[in-house]
Amino acid sequence: MARFSQQLGPAGPKMSVIQNLSTPISSSSSAFLAHSNFNTRTNYVSLPVKRIGICKCVAAVPQEAQNAHKTKVSRNANMGKLQAGYLFPEIARRRSAHLLKYPDAQVISLGIGDTTEPIPEAITSAMEKRSRALSTLEGYSGYGAEQGEKALRTAIASTFYSSIGIGEEDIFVSDGAKCDISRLQVVFGANVTMAVQDPSYPAYVDSSVIMGQTGQFRKDVQKFESIEYMKCTPENGFFPDLSSVCRTDVIFFCSPNNPTGAAATREQLTQLVKFAKDNGSIIVYDSAYAMYMSEDNPRSIFEIPGAKEVAIETSSFSKYAGFTGVRLGWTVVPKELLFSDGFPVAKDFNRIVCTCFNGASNIAQAGGLACLSPEGLKAMREVIGFYKENTNIIVETFNSLGFNVYGGKNAPYVWVHFPGRSSWEVFGEILEKTHVVTTPGSGFGPAGEGFVRVSAFGHRSNILEACKRFKQLYK
Amino acid sequence: MIKFTPCSSLSGAIVLQPRMVQASLSAQRDEVIGRHRTNVPRNVSMEKLQNGYLFTEISRRKLQHVEKYPNAKLISLGTGDTTEPLPDFIASSMAEYAQALSTPEGYRGYGPEQGYEALRKAIAETFYKDVLVKGTEVFVTDGSQCDITRLQLLLGSGVTIAVQDPTFPAYRDSGVIVGRNGDFKDEARKCRTIQYMNCSPQNNFFPDLKTTLRADIIFFCSPNNPTGHAATRKQLEELVEFARRNGSIIIYDSAYASYIMDDSPRSIFEIPGAREVAIEVSSFSKFAGFTGVRLGWTVVPEELLYSNGFPVISDFDRIVCTCFNGASNIAQAGGLACLTSEGLEAATSLIHRYMENAKMLVDTFTSLGLEVYGGANAPYVWIRFPGRNSWDVFSEILEKIHIITVPGSGFGPGGEEYLRFSAYGNRKCILEASDRLESLFS
Repeated sequence: MARFSQQLGPAGPKMSVIQNLSTPISSSSSAFLAHSNFNTRTNYVSLPVKRIGICKCVAAVPQEAQNAHKTKVSRNANMGKLQAGYLFPEIARRRSAHLLKYPDAQVISLGIGDTTEPIPEAITSAMEKRSRALSTLEGYSGYGAEQGEKALRTAIASTFYSSIGIGEEDIFVSDGAKCDISRLQVVFGANVTMAVQDPSYPAYVDSSVIMGQTGQFRKDVQKFESIEYMKCTPENGFFPDLSSVCRTDVIFFCSPNNPTGAAATREQLTQLVKFAKDNGSIIVYDSAYAMYMSEDNPRSIFEIPGAKEVAIETSSFSKYAGFTGVRLGWTVVPKELLFSDGFPVAKDFNRIVCTCFNGASNIAQAGGLACLSPEGLKAMREVIGFYKENTNIIVETFNSLGFNVYGGKNAPYVWVHFPGRSSWEVFGEILEKTHVVTTPGSGFGPAGEGFVRVSAFGHRSNILEACKRFKQLYK
Repeated sequence: MIKFTPCSSLSGAIVLQPRMVQASLSAQRDEVIGRHRTNVPRNVSMEKLQNGYLFTEISRRKLQHVEKYPNAKLISLGTGDTTEPLPDFIASSMAEYAQALSTPEGYRGYGPEQGYEALRKAIAETFYKDVLVKGTEVFVTDGSQCDITRLQLLLGSGVTIAVQDPTFPAYRDSGVIVGRNGDFKDEARKCRTIQYMNCSPQNNFFPDLKTTLRADIIFFCSPNNPTGHAATRKQLEELVEFARRNGSIIIYDSAYASYIMDDSPRSIFEIPGAREVAIEVSSFSKFAGFTGVRLGWTVVPEELLYSNGFPVISDFDRIVCTCFNGASNIAQAGGLACLTSEGLEAATSLIHRYMENAKMLVDTFTSLGLEVYGGANAPYVWIRFPGRNSWDVFSEILEKIHIITVPGSGFGPGGEEYLRFSAYGNRKCILEASDRLESLFS
């Protein structure tokens, strides 16, 4: 029954092709095979560079390539600006290398924010039903509306945005927030400026670089030229001092925040909306963790009056329903949001969605609809509650060890301060000594230096075991 | 501000009928005067698109027609949307996988962004068995349309592209979107950012490469959408040689390869030397009826290098890891089922059904004395109406016999005078359509 689960692959680290590129291209294909067949060469675990400890995994031009046919197509200079692989494959690579070194270690992954608990049956049964229906005349559907099935759009509007004036026509269903971020960048084009929180989810910066919005990476400050980095630290309550932020066209803002776990208050978001309005900017508000909110903070930017004229909101079923593999999310582009010439942003986003995308999987959408039924919502809240309890356990652990701990109340991430230390070094130390994978703060931006993000997704037993090991290491 | 600029700045570009979405957008704009506008400039590339996406417009016309004639039995031979239900075996595999996600043993979170290894391997072994494509060179995705844009993002706005004319509009549109405006790149007019390679009966639907300017990237679709032509081995050898000589990269769209009925090549990699000059994009959409399920793949050979020797696959991997998060795991389970012998047999049988439909349409048009192309190696029939405007013929057929088609000019200026008829549809509809066409054109 579970044959396809097994055949597709065991739960395990993601292996990226890029990790093997330090070896000659002609290396045996067995190097790439199977999650459990790790390459015996360990020489690609590169050493941290400088005190910052950035791990470079850009591929050098292999020796064999120098005699081979080269096209005359120039490499996209924007790709060349990226400093290393995307952060999370790098974490996965480190985990794999660690497993090679300690094959008997019980490695616990609190790094990549990957959900671990099964999807509630109320939701999977809908996907099962839809799958089977596709083999019937009445139930078969081909291409769906690129914007998503209407029933799902309506359910999203009424579940998350009822009474704040967002209708189903403002909603675009997608295969996830990460993909939407890039699609939004395609809408904006190369000639816009952007601001991000520092630290922030790396896809905002990386997609901006790829799109051509930035200059070169400056190693001295660990920032890309032309991106405005809005520092978010304990000192400013993880909300940027907007009076010192330069105007940019687009402002990425994530709340509850990945990685800091900070949730912006109504007052702060009101400030942000005003800032955007005064500057004629567009906020791209990432609310992927809104349902983890414990405190009474806004869950949607559109709770703030005037936000519809300045903001786009992106969200996801990934962390609510365990859909990290199923792939389903949405983006709200209000019809009121206009470019400087008066052209509605939604029209261009719709054009991108119709031309560069072809809709989220119909089976995933059936699952999404089930998520938003009363039974589905109840089930999702239970799973979220489970992860929140994990978070509490982690927070208590680090608190008891005397650390300054942030986040953890409104998001499934705990942001632990290691003052004066390199976050990659702390990451390495924790991995080496406790076999627990975390994520170094500097991977999220220079203001993440000195912090480590501990993710609360995991089986309870693993969370408890990890905390036990932390206590042993840091007592 | 949407301006319908004359096409001289995009000479050779796709010319769509002016009576499209412009009017409604102007009205919209009037409504919003007086509201807050951001100071964010609209992406000029989006402006250059001028019109809506072709298939969006077809859908719009369909809706309009249904409203006008609510009792008419509209037959859709327009958008190439599969219609036959999935084979039980394949649907069950996805159902089982979905059910397993509710169990501790069966639950899966994030998969590898490149796709599950078992599926990558199965694709390599099923479609590229004799041409040495490795599983590690296969990137599983949510479909070709998305991959085309990811490839454009990969390559950036500085490269020049060549597309067939006519061709699937996403190559050109996505190219414009990422910043290629079709203008000449230099004063000497030796290098266009977007070049159109005419493909017509006169040249056997294969461009005259002797008069084709060098382009960094050549988009080539075979079997071709919309003409239905499957390039011969000789033609593809010429293409690969042309790319090699010019240091170009071919992006080869083989989404309809499984419809080939003769011994035309099914993959560009059947041609020696192609691994150093080509990327191949393909899809489960038309192969397995996965148009709604969403699954496809792209092959980037390790040997494919930029001018500085850097492997294209490394950058594509980076794009896939940063701008994408993998195809749905349920869809991937379905894909794996498709590639078992049972799955392949079932998929092939569906393909034959569609090709039988195509043959019926071909026979109908032939008996009417019309110029008929395609329909032999692809589910599209390409009919010429000499001297006529393709949108006019589209409208006439829609109005008089309630059949939706796709006007050839939507695929490029080389499509003017032609109409594309898709062979997707249940047998009854195809037969009914044939009857109506006979009544209209005899």
